[in-house]
Amino acid sequence: MSSGPGSVVVVGYVPNPRGHAALGHALAECRRRGARLVVVNNSRGDALVDPDYVQGEALDELRAELDRSGIPFELRQPVRGRDVAEELAAAAEETGAELVVIGLRRRSAVGKLLMGSAAQRILLDVDCPVLAVKGAPVGE
Amino acid sequence: MGLSELAGGFADALTPINLLFALIGVVLGTAVGVLPGIGPAMTVALLLPATYVLEPTSALIMFAGIYYGGMYGGSTTSILLNTPGESSSIMTALEGNKMAKAGRGAAALATAAIGSFVAGTIATLLLALVAPTIVDLAVGITAADYFALTVLAFVAVATILGSSPLRGLAALGVGLYLGLVGTDVLTGQERFTVGVPQLSDGIDVVVVAVGLFAVGEALYVASRLRRGPVEVMAVSGHYLTKQDLRRSWKPWLRGTALGFPFGAMPAGGAEIPTFLSYAAERRLTKHPEEFGKGAIEGVAGPEAANNAAAAGVLVPLLTLGIPTSATAAILLTAFQGYGIQPGPTLLTTESTLVWTLIASLFIGNVMLLVLNLPLAGVWVKVLRIPRPYLYAGILLFASLGCYAVNADPFDLALLLLVGVLGFFMRRYGWPVAPAVVGLILGPIAETNLRRALAISSGDLTVLVDTWFSRIVLFLALAALVVPIVLRVVRGPRSSPEELQEGAPLRHHEPAHVAGDDREGTS
Repeated sequence: MSSGPGSVVVVGYVPNPRGHAALGHALAECRRRGARLVVVNNSRGDALVDPDYVQGEALDELRAELDRSGIPFELRQPVRGRDVAEELAAAAEETGAELVVIGLRRRSAVGKLLMGSAAQRILLDVDCPVLAVKGAPVGE
Repeated sequence: MGLSELAGGFADALTPINLLFALIGVVLGTAVGVLPGIGPAMTVALLLPATYVLEPTSALIMFAGIYYGGMYGGSTTSILLNTPGESSSIMTALEGNKMAKAGRGAAALATAAIGSFVAGTIATLLLALVAPTIVDLAVGITAADYFALTVLAFVAVATILGSSPLRGLAALGVGLYLGLVGTDVLTGQERFTVGVPQLSDGIDVVVVAVGLFAVGEALYVASRLRRGPVEVMAVSGHYLTKQDLRRSWKPWLRGTALGFPFGAMPAGGAEIPTFLSYAAERRLTKHPEEFGKGAIEGVAGPEAANNAAAAGVLVPLLTLGIPTSATAAILLTAFQGYGIQPGPTLLTTESTLVWTLIASLFIGNVMLLVLNLPLAGVWVKVLRIPRPYLYAGILLFASLGCYAVNADPFDLALLLLVGVLGFFMRRYGWPVAPAVVGLILGPIAETNLRRALAISSGDLTVLVDTWFSRIVLFLALAALVVPIVLRVVRGPRSSPEELQEGAPLRHHEPAHVAGDDREGTS
């Protein structure tokens, strides 16, 4: 955990390639801006099993990766019955973040029709600039 | 002995329609077994209204499939999540989860599934062989003897299975009381109806069972909805290697040998034999260093005992009409719904039904092996269903089922009332199973008691007139006193909640370990 003055980048993380891409971009942005990183990985906590919630070995690996990056970070794993858009907006507001990074999933036409988009909610709810990524940064 | 009847049973069970109901049953059973908090007892209770439209054979084949399927599903959750779906899977979780953590999840699932299959098949065969003999013995018993048996079943369900004998007895009292509500058959007097005309027919068992299990559980889950998700182990490693098989087959057989008699006694239940089997395997193993770190014997034995006991529980149910677990009690209600009273005469009057049912258990076992061995990963996905959706669906089914009984809105109010009762029972750790057994077996016990007293013109000594009733009542007394004495002498038992919270899994001496107090609810 680290704190201090200066800017903050918030990233929404899920344990899959999409989340990894977002994390990669967030780390690059932190380096560029000299910012600290707040990683948000949440679960609504309403099912017994949530594959998007990082724990066990995956959690150790995530921490190790963040440690290796050398960037001061804070990992938040709220389980408060709120969805990812609400948690990210709350984290961005609380830390006064200057950038929020999210990963986008590819969706089919039917998928767009049927499912509410978390990304869209984040774009609308978060006040600061949002960086939405589809793949890892070039050179990683 | 019954083998020729069994062959006839197979002929009836292998019709496409009965195979379909067996398949529906085992799929549903596995799904609810996987989900902690939702078990076969609740599922069969929710499906009791199906008895209004289905043939007895089809409905009972489906219910039996749910009953067996619940056992298989429970082991999957225990091994991959360390969250026993039901109390009799706690021992499987001990070693099974360690195996999964060590990357041998597939082997643990395989030994559990094959062990369940072996035990289920042998125990069902034993059921087929033993049932006619027990019926021959049981035909001669008097009403007083029968009353003694029900007392034993009451006491055993209340004191042996629960975490606290007193709470078990209190829950039994609640069930017996609810069973008394209505018009007394012999004198025509109304009992505890508080002037409500709808109560003069008694409270329907469907309403109470669904209220206690489904509504009570839904309210309880809602009261503590948000919990951090638990980690799922990957199904990794090889299925059984030759060495695994060599180490598994003896525990399978030993588990079966322990499980069946325990299940078959009127003091049955699947918890105690699983504890005993675990203790035995721990003592007999050639790899004691592996116990506590993922020993395959510790999965194979208890899982076999679990399934053998499940088959054993059907012995007193089918031959004597005495249920010794919550699911068995609900099955008894299903029989009664068709106007069939399980008891010594069942095998002669409903011979085709019983043998078809037993044959379907064999078929269900094969289906379960096929469904569970390769598809364990798929079943775990059931756990991703958000609880609000799951319980909303359950409540809908519960309300529909209760309304269907009499088409009277009064039943829905009663359902909610019983549901609130079920919530507080869970909140304060009262087991639900004794209440359900009390509710269903209570009226049967009363009938026999009054019949015995009518024959003796009110002389109470008729109750201890035969050696049979003396021995059974003595056993009931022992079942009442021994757990309390052990509790005083050795301290409380480890609760399943401790196990679920990932606390070090304590293993006590088998004499006073007992399982989850929520046998029927899980």
